[in-house]
Amino acid sequence: MSAPNKSYDPVEVEALKPEEIERMRDEALAAFAAAADLDQLQEAKTAHTGGTSPLALANREIGALPPQAKADAGKRVGMARGAVNKALAARQTELEAERDARVLVEEAVDVSLPHDRVPAGARHPLTTLSERIEDIFVAMGYAVAEGPEVESEWFNFDALNIGPDHPARGEQDTFFVDAASLGAPGDAQAGDDASGVVLRTHTSPVQIRSLIDREPPVYVICPGRVYRTDELDATHTPVFHQVELLAVDEGLTMADLKGTLDHMVQALFGGEGMKTRLRPNFFPFTEPSAEMDMVCYVCRGESVGNPDKPCRTCSSEGWIELGGCGMVNPKVLAACGVDPEKYSGFAFGFGIERMLMFRHHVEDMRDMVEGDVRFTRPFGMEI
Amino acid sequence: MRVPLSWLREYVDLPATETGREVQAKLIAAGLEVESVEQLGAGLKGPLVVGKVLTIEELEGFKKPIRFCTVDVGTANGTGEPQEIVCGARNFAVGDKVVVVLPGAVLPGDFAISARKTYGKTSHGMICSGDELGMGDDGSGGIIVLPPEHEVGTDAIELLELVDEVLDIAVTPDRGYCLSMRGVARETATAYGLPLRDPALLDVPAPNSFGYPVRVSDPAGCDRFTARTVTGLRPDARSPIWLRRRLQKAGMRPISLAVDVTNYVMLELGQPLHAYDRSRVEGTIGVRRAEQGEKLTTLDGAKRVLDAEDLVITDDRGAIGLAGVMGGANTEIADTVVAAPASFADSGEAQGTTDVVIEAAHFDAVSVARTARRHKLSSEAAKRFERGVDPQAASAAAQRTVDLLVLLAGGTAEAGVTEVIAPSAPHTITMRADHPDRVAGVAYGRETVVRRLQEVGCDVYGQDSLTVTVPSWRPDLVEINDLAEEVIRLEGYENLPSTLPRPPAGRGLTERQRLHRRVGRALAGDGFVEAPNYPFVGEQVFDQLGLDKDDPNRRVVKLVNPLSDEEPALRTTLLPGLLATLRRNDGRGSHDLALFETGLVFHPRETSDGDEAALPARLPVDRRPTDEEIAAQNRALPDQPRHVAAVLAGAREQAGWWGKGRPADWADAVEAARSVAREAGVELIVQQGQYGPWHPGRCAELNVFIEYADGAAEDGTEGEIVAVGHAGELHPRVIKALGLPARSCAMELNLDVLAKAGEGTLQAPGISAFPVATQDVALVVDADVPAAVVEAFLRDGAGELLEDIRLFDVFTGEQVGAGKKSLAYALRFRAADRTLTVDEATAARDAAVARAAEVTGAVLRGA
Repeated sequence: MSAPNKSYDPVEVEALKPEEIERMRDEALAAFAAAADLDQLQEAKTAHTGGTSPLALANREIGALPPQAKADAGKRVGMARGAVNKALAARQTELEAERDARVLVEEAVDVSLPHDRVPAGARHPLTTLSERIEDIFVAMGYAVAEGPEVESEWFNFDALNIGPDHPARGEQDTFFVDAASLGAPGDAQAGDDASGVVLRTHTSPVQIRSLIDREPPVYVICPGRVYRTDELDATHTPVFHQVELLAVDEGLTMADLKGTLDHMVQALFGGEGMKTRLRPNFFPFTEPSAEMDMVCYVCRGESVGNPDKPCRTCSSEGWIELGGCGMVNPKVLAACGVDPEKYSGFAFGFGIERMLMFRHHVEDMRDMVEGDVRFTRPFGMEI
Repeated sequence: MRVPLSWLREYVDLPATETGREVQAKLIAAGLEVESVEQLGAGLKGPLVVGKVLTIEELEGFKKPIRFCTVDVGTANGTGEPQEIVCGARNFAVGDKVVVVLPGAVLPGDFAISARKTYGKTSHGMICSGDELGMGDDGSGGIIVLPPEHEVGTDAIELLELVDEVLDIAVTPDRGYCLSMRGVARETATAYGLPLRDPALLDVPAPNSFGYPVRVSDPAGCDRFTARTVTGLRPDARSPIWLRRRLQKAGMRPISLAVDVTNYVMLELGQPLHAYDRSRVEGTIGVRRAEQGEKLTTLDGAKRVLDAEDLVITDDRGAIGLAGVMGGANTEIADTVVAAPASFADSGEAQGTTDVVIEAAHFDAVSVARTARRHKLSSEAAKRFERGVDPQAASAAAQRTVDLLVLLAGGTAEAGVTEVIAPSAPHTITMRADHPDRVAGVAYGRETVVRRLQEVGCDVYGQDSLTVTVPSWRPDLVEINDLAEEVIRLEGYENLPSTLPRPPAGRGLTERQRLHRRVGRALAGDGFVEAPNYPFVGEQVFDQLGLDKDDPNRRVVKLVNPLSDEEPALRTTLLPGLLATLRRNDGRGSHDLALFETGLVFHPRETSDGDEAALPARLPVDRRPTDEEIAAQNRALPDQPRHVAAVLAGAREQAGWWGKGRPADWADAVEAARSVAREAGVELIVQQGQYGPWHPGRCAELNVFIEYADGAAEDGTEGEIVAVGHAGELHPRVIKALGLPARSCAMELNLDVLAKAGEGTLQAPGISAFPVATQDVALVVDADVPAAVVEAFLRDGAGELLEDIRLFDVFTGEQVGAGKKSLAYALRFRAADRTLTVDEATAARDAAVARAAEVTGAVLRGA
């Protein structure tokens, strides 16, 4: 920047002449107006407002003027720069609007195009339904208990009050494990069950293991795979899934069992009026024992005696059979070292396949077994 | 147990309007599983009458013999003229009484009868068979021939009791007494609050010394044996219609009078009976255990070799019956006639039994059950004894049998009455009066408890503490909860309130359970579809998978009774099931597949050489097993680790408007394994491997590092590398053998080992806010040097300043030379406390390269 020169005549500084400054301003305004797009405007901006633009250079000369002339020239240059900046901003806004109106439209795509580059995966509904049931009880304070699928007969039968001669033992359609394959001497003469090892026929042995491993109070939910010698058809499968529940504590009653079942069906099927019904039955491991039904979650019982509104879910019975339950037989508690004088308990169990069938209208058991991705994929991550 | 409602009404005065369905509902509420109510004669409409065959004309020239008959039906046809009927059956003759259905009638199955032309004649109705009338099993299908005493024109619907309702009850093992009309009637009476006419309340003569001689050598197996004798049975006596009809409705086939009567009394009272032809029994009837190897031919014609535990009935020659299970052929009652059982009026040759000895005995339930199971012989008698028969009903049942034989066959009851009884006290239970209240969570009160127990048949004494004597027909009532159940069910399960217990605060899912869920979600999130498979495999699959002869996965747990002999073993790997499902999906037109499964596999426990594995002991049930006993049980079970496996085929990424697709390859399988390991918080150590099912050049052996639980070992090592599975492309031979899509890929991991490796709490990384210094290097190494090794030593040499390293390119070609590859890495350096200078970063990079070069022979490209 030039040093101040008090004797210098401002008129003689060419760049600060009023007409020069007007010219610079007008050139800038013309350049902005001529800019056809934002890129050109950016160029014009650099040329006319940047550090080396004529107005910026003229501004530098002001310092060299005597005080009186300094004020006049500063005012002139300042007004010119103000007008230029204003015009730039206006043109900027104008061009951005034009871009938004035109260019983004040109960039439009068909958003309905599919993008199934990697098709979605899914978890099996038997897994997710089981987890949903577990979660209901975990929220109540229960623990999830697991156990081996190849189980000893003591855990699978004896400890559950199903002794060697109990009629129920023969009705279980049990898969027996070959003793020799376990590395033990087989005894073909002693009968089929000679190894004392079976594929568990229910998840009840997990209840026994829970009672043996834990101190009461015990509140567990036992999900898992179980095995029966049924051929696969539309309504049977030799490998299926159960969820069983066991609660052992001081002072538990059948009313508690009923309340727990009611809570479960309300949590699973929601809404008003969901409840369960108990019917007397027999199981060796519970006494008293009951079959449990739940109100049909679709018709809520309204299809009964109402031929105009038939219900395919419950066949207009109003109730859906769920499974078995009861108060833990004191003999079972004793076999696990739990004092039946002090503690009582309840238990129930049901099949996940069956519930999946009526909850989601699965028509054929084989659909749940064969692993066809077309069946499983729609179920996604949760059920 | 099939219970005809008409028969049930004989013991309980049910309201006349009460339907089978209403009775069903009441009995279900009381705890009897009434599965169905069969409506006999539903839709049946007359006229259906007794007719007498007047003439039979054989029609010629048809494919089968046809008869044109005239039948006298009295005035039932409105005219009194003989009815002209065409009939294809031949088991009747002129003069026989038959059942005739006339035009206008409707038979079961909505079968409307009208006059119609057939075989050139007009048939005005039909002569009926049992089948056509829905009468149940009569074993023949022929025309019903009635006894001659029934008058022409009589309504046959009533005569043959064709309209009825039958309750079908699935009797649970604890309710043996409901395998009788008497037991079901008792439950019905209680359910309706009506009195019961107990059919077992009969006058029975006192035992004496001149009955048929019986010797019971095993009073534990047989605590009661009643023998009665009836002589002079009319050999031509037939069971009357009412008796046959009741047997048929109850699901039994009428056979001969003596057999029908014993079956009838068994259905009525629940007491199995046996009738011996006295002329074929020699000497004293005995009860003893069989001799090992003793032989007996049972009534079903089977020759059986007996076990020393079998209880047998004997005479002087030897065994004449399997006690409580089935009689022997050598003393079988001779049928009086050789005739179709459908006929009610046969009068065949009379060479049958005239004198019978009736056995009504009580056998030990366990003994009968074992014998029935041992000989795979189920009978109506065994079914009842196994579930408990009322020992006190034996005398009454014998008496009832005698009475019926006298009444129906004109026999004479001999005065001799044999009863051998082992003394036993009735079972009593002491129970607090409020025990049922405490089980139910309902305040029933003592009065209700006592009343309900009395309705069941118990004698009850006491106030706060009740002494309950259970009735002889309820051997299932043993403990206080059994009594509580009786009270609660009779008070109605439907009246139980609904309350919630208050469990102690829970801890949620375990780490392991959370991991299992996470693994499922991660794989599903990566596009895999879960497919749980049966664990059954055949051993040939191990050949198909290319396993070595001594591969441990060939050692399998086998089933004694597999569903299919092709698949007798349990899986040791998830691949067979998962690959079969891959193939099934492919076959059904889904070709781009990614599937996964988590589940148990089964390995027999390793035993040291020569040792045989111990089978689980049969532990007692009256106490908790000791910890050692439980440990021994668990040791006897196979090892059952949880595995996860994934398989891929077809396109991993589909082609589309965005561009090309990408086929699934070995790297996707490895990445699936890494994805699972990440969920476990474990970094997989991936090495080149070789294992049967996988392509020998495209198989990753997957390992994890597991820290020693109890600190570093003496040599300073902190843990060990443990094999956890394999991943990669499958071997073309395996793909061919299993019929899989080309280039199918798979991975399998042991989730239990992975979970163990991932134990521990993650420590948060320190994050530096100073600028990053990035350096790229390209290293040329021999083609067979694993990238993972190069990377490991780059890390090792780079030191603490290295924040991250990433392989961003692999290049082979002329520029790097044959047998070589170029690996390009981006290294990011950063210090925790300062901005790194270029020189510092370069020095760290050079140290990294130098270390990698030293170990792997890597050469800096362009250097």
